[in-house]
Amino acid sequence: MSSSSAPPYAPPASAGGASPPLRARRGRKRFSVLTRRDKLTLSLMVGIPAFIHIFLIWLPTIGSIVLSFTSWNGIGGLDKIKFIGIKNYENLFANYPPFWPAVENNLIWLAAFLLIATPLGMLMAVILDQNIRGTRIYQSVLYMPVVLSLAIVGFIAQLMYSPGMGFINNFLQAVTGDPKWVTSGTAIDWLGTPGLNFAMVLVAASWRHVGYIMVLYLAGLKSVDNTLREAAAIDGANARQVFFRVVFPVMAPINVVVLVVTIIESLRAFDIVYIINKGLNGLGLLSVLIANNILGEASLIGFGSAMAVILLLISIGPIIYYLARTLGKEAE
Amino acid sequence: MTASTATAVRHQVVSGKHRRPHYFTHAFLIVVSLLWFMPLGWAVYTSLRPYADTGGNARGYFSIGGAYNLDNFFKAWDQAQLPLHFVNTIVVVVPALILILLFSSMVAVAVSRYSFRFNLAMLMLFTAGNLLPQQVVITPLFRLYIALPLPTFLNQFGIWYDSLFGIVMINVAFQLGFCTFVLSNYFKQVPKEINEAAVVDGASVWRTYWSVLLPLARPALAALATLEFTWIYNDFFWGILLLRTGDKFPVTSALNNLQGQFFTDNNLMAAGSLIVALPTLIVYFALQKHFVAGLTLGSTKG
Amino acid sequence: MADLGQRSVSRRTLLKGGAAVAALGGISAFIAACGGSSATASPSVAASVAPSTAASVAPSTAASVAPSTAPSASGTVTFGSNYSDDVPKKAIAAVMTAFTQKTGINVTINTVEHNKFQDTINAYLQATPDDTFTWFAGYRMRFFAAQGLATDISDVWGTIGANFSDAFKTASTGDDGKQYFVPLYNYPWVVIYRKSFWTQKGYAIPKTLADFTKLGDQMKKDGLIPLAFADKDGWPAMGTFDILNMRINGYDFHVGLMAGKQKWTDPKVKAVFQQWAQLLPYFDPAPLGKTWQEAAQDLINKKAGMYFLGTFAGQQATDQATHDDLDFFPFPTLGTAYDAEMGIDAPIDGFMMSSKAKNTDGAKALLEYLGSADAANIYLASDANDVAANKQADTSKYNAFQKSSATIIGNAGKIAQFLDRDTRPDFAGANGMQSFLQTFLKAPTQDLDKFLSGIQSFYDSLPPQ
Repeated sequence: MSSSSAPPYAPPASAGGASPPLRARRGRKRFSVLTRRDKLTLSLMVGIPAFIHIFLIWLPTIGSIVLSFTSWNGIGGLDKIKFIGIKNYENLFANYPPFWPAVENNLIWLAAFLLIATPLGMLMAVILDQNIRGTRIYQSVLYMPVVLSLAIVGFIAQLMYSPGMGFINNFLQAVTGDPKWVTSGTAIDWLGTPGLNFAMVLVAASWRHVGYIMVLYLAGLKSVDNTLREAAAIDGANARQVFFRVVFPVMAPINVVVLVVTIIESLRAFDIVYIINKGLNGLGLLSVLIANNILGEASLIGFGSAMAVILLLISIGPIIYYLARTLGKEAE
Repeated sequence: MTASTATAVRHQVVSGKHRRPHYFTHAFLIVVSLLWFMPLGWAVYTSLRPYADTGGNARGYFSIGGAYNLDNFFKAWDQAQLPLHFVNTIVVVVPALILILLFSSMVAVAVSRYSFRFNLAMLMLFTAGNLLPQQVVITPLFRLYIALPLPTFLNQFGIWYDSLFGIVMINVAFQLGFCTFVLSNYFKQVPKEINEAAVVDGASVWRTYWSVLLPLARPALAALATLEFTWIYNDFFWGILLLRTGDKFPVTSALNNLQGQFFTDNNLMAAGSLIVALPTLIVYFALQKHFVAGLTLGSTKG
Repeated sequence: MADLGQRSVSRRTLLKGGAAVAALGGISAFIAACGGSSATASPSVAASVAPSTAASVAPSTAASVAPSTAPSASGTVTFGSNYSDDVPKKAIAAVMTAFTQKTGINVTINTVEHNKFQDTINAYLQATPDDTFTWFAGYRMRFFAAQGLATDISDVWGTIGANFSDAFKTASTGDDGKQYFVPLYNYPWVVIYRKSFWTQKGYAIPKTLADFTKLGDQMKKDGLIPLAFADKDGWPAMGTFDILNMRINGYDFHVGLMAGKQKWTDPKVKAVFQQWAQLLPYFDPAPLGKTWQEAAQDLINKKAGMYFLGTFAGQQATDQATHDDLDFFPFPTLGTAYDAEMGIDAPIDGFMMSSKAKNTDGAKALLEYLGSADAANIYLASDANDVAANKQADTSKYNAFQKSSATIIGNAGKIAQFLDRDTRPDFAGANGMQSFLQTFLKAPTQDLDKFLSGIQSFYDSLPPQ
């Protein structure tokens, strides 16, 4: 997965509407007339990809857990690794000032996405789902930032925010004719003022997130059976009632996807902050703290792993919830 | 996709009934669209002007006048060695795309069309792996890459670290999850009779997969390819983490190095960003349908 | 983990690069003429030159010591370089060309972006090292030597030792008393200003704190920011901390504090931050969104009166006239017992040999050459923002900028490296002191005891090394 987008996985129940090229008959027993060779082929077809995936993703995940109980500066062989129990975690909670602000930032990020960006995306989808002239153009414009990497978004954000050269301050100066807007000290330092800078990063990240969510909901709305809307309209329901009573419930599966996408994106957020200032000065996120540990001159492998485990613990909740809702049904 | 067009048509007919002018809606949409377009528009405008006309003590950035030309683009192209980085991107994206689609379709066929003991567990593992934040795995992965050997024709250092091969592999490993998920949903909808017919014809599992099922999945594969291209192209993190030699960076990761060099020149930075953004924008506008289909294939089943 | 040596290619350095190329052409022609070898530097030709000439690099002063370079030194030496920006990149290439012409040993230069080089040094030395590489003196050098990632080059020092003062030898020595480092140049951290602008305004160089604040007040009245300042990257503020610490508590305390022997909770450290807080009104009030390059622009564009930074700030001066207009002076004295000591940060850049070096003879021959006056002369001819570490180097060609640097370094009683070069890297890095100093800058009036005990407990939580 690129760090740019969390993947939109299917909801548990088919949203109906869009249908496959050929629909399978249900309840038919799977048959198996496989030769030994076929069985070998099948094992390889699953085995090779599974090996790559497990080896590069799950092995390191387990590695993170194991290493989080050790102390190692990453130099020398594995014999240099010392087990130190939960000391890394104690240090993380007690002696590591950037930790809690990073957790807080991750939570703010999540809240901003859930409460502002995601509903905005939903709103745009609902508006654009009406048969409005030029809806395609509006959709394209809103969706455009989604194809940009968050690294590019970080660059473009700096073009907007830079105190001396950015759009906002230069615009303010041009409009008011007052040079104070671009003079160091009196100019608003959008990316240098802690708190403000994080808010501005969220604006930039939302620029991208809104379009993503919009597309997901648009797809969901297209699949809402219009006879339901009509029926509700005939019964005298107003637009809002139709939306909340008819459309929204039908979109429940999309909501699950959007929820998971939003949570995972918030936990993964990295590029934009890293490109702006490596997560210093109030822009710290868990992902950046972990990365700085590996990308820095000296590594504290055990300590970095302990932070990774915290991130794992936070993300495993939504992942399990999601797996249970989508794939769990198939287990029946 | 034909199905959704049909839905759209049906939709149009229905909502056409109570159509009224949406003046307010249009005004709102125009404002939002302008707001959304502005950052990119500003980048384009800035990139066309020389630093001398805007920076320092000149007329400032929010202004008209001075020269307008493509000099910044040429300068960024040369200075940041963009051709080199674009080649690196191709070296990563092409093999990664092929491997991802190949592997994920193989797994998808196996788990969706044959009773396989670990079908569900497998799917769960892949999906969960894809949803993990990368930072969970990076510390051990980094050490693993330093330890894993690689023939020297793939990397002069003989290890996975600092090799494009390593970047391809980690992209493949991570992206398999989403594609497998989408494709297995897709294959589940294909009637079982197709397999039966193949068996009657004496086709092996591989032939059934390669000559029968894979061609059927063409629309899904096209949609996934478009989406995955964008994702892998846009990947910033793996390059930053697993490469060291400046000349090896794919273009998105190379941005990080540009920054220091371009810092005092916003105009050059704008041009550089736009050049790097261009391929995904082109793919998006040219293949918009596939792109959106790729996303919605995942989010609305089948 | 940024470093003060960071140089970014800007429009200016590019312009200067052009000049450097021209200079380079002249130099290599000169060397070719002297060396009497073929003027072409193409690898195959160079390789065929008699391989044993390396020994001739050894200056006569070292005749009594067995030359480190085995007579068989030949082939190709790999050289990992962090001189990624235009000016230093061309300068080091000129040095390598001269070496090849002199010895017949080829050098493959692998350049990695400056910050990236530092960030990945750990993996690099373990996994993908070159025979020789660029690095910094100080704890940063001793750390990797102690980890067994560098090769002892005491034998090379037997040859080049006479070229360096004891101070440089100490700076090149690891914890085990052996040498691991060959210094090339250093540069002081100083207060930089524009001469013409000061003459026009009638400003005078402040010697004491009182003069300094008086000047600052005057500059404020004149609508200037007295001191340009930037700390977006986290490391430039370390220079300010260092100088205040050395002026208030002396060099020995700095060394002890960096080594963990002194505590951050010591009232002496608190005094540093208190002094800093008092001076902050004279600094650019918005440093955290700026890079040093931008701050240097403020000085050059006469928005700020002074800038306290390493002399590499001079790279930001576009044209020769502006560069010539820059001058600098040591940070004023604060009226403490350490005024006479005049300690400053003057970080040393140089070279090391990795423990996995393949061509050890060639690597040592190269290091020996890099420790020669020739190498220093060639390098500084192209990158004139630094001064040679080598005392035999030709100082007659120094420009005014370099002469001032040399004088200030010469007058400094004690020379420190820099916070992030003098202490353990995990403490100095983005998650450590870089964040702490930014925290201070955000809220200089905060509870300093709490702030400092936070730093100390972070230090204490780091694993013993």
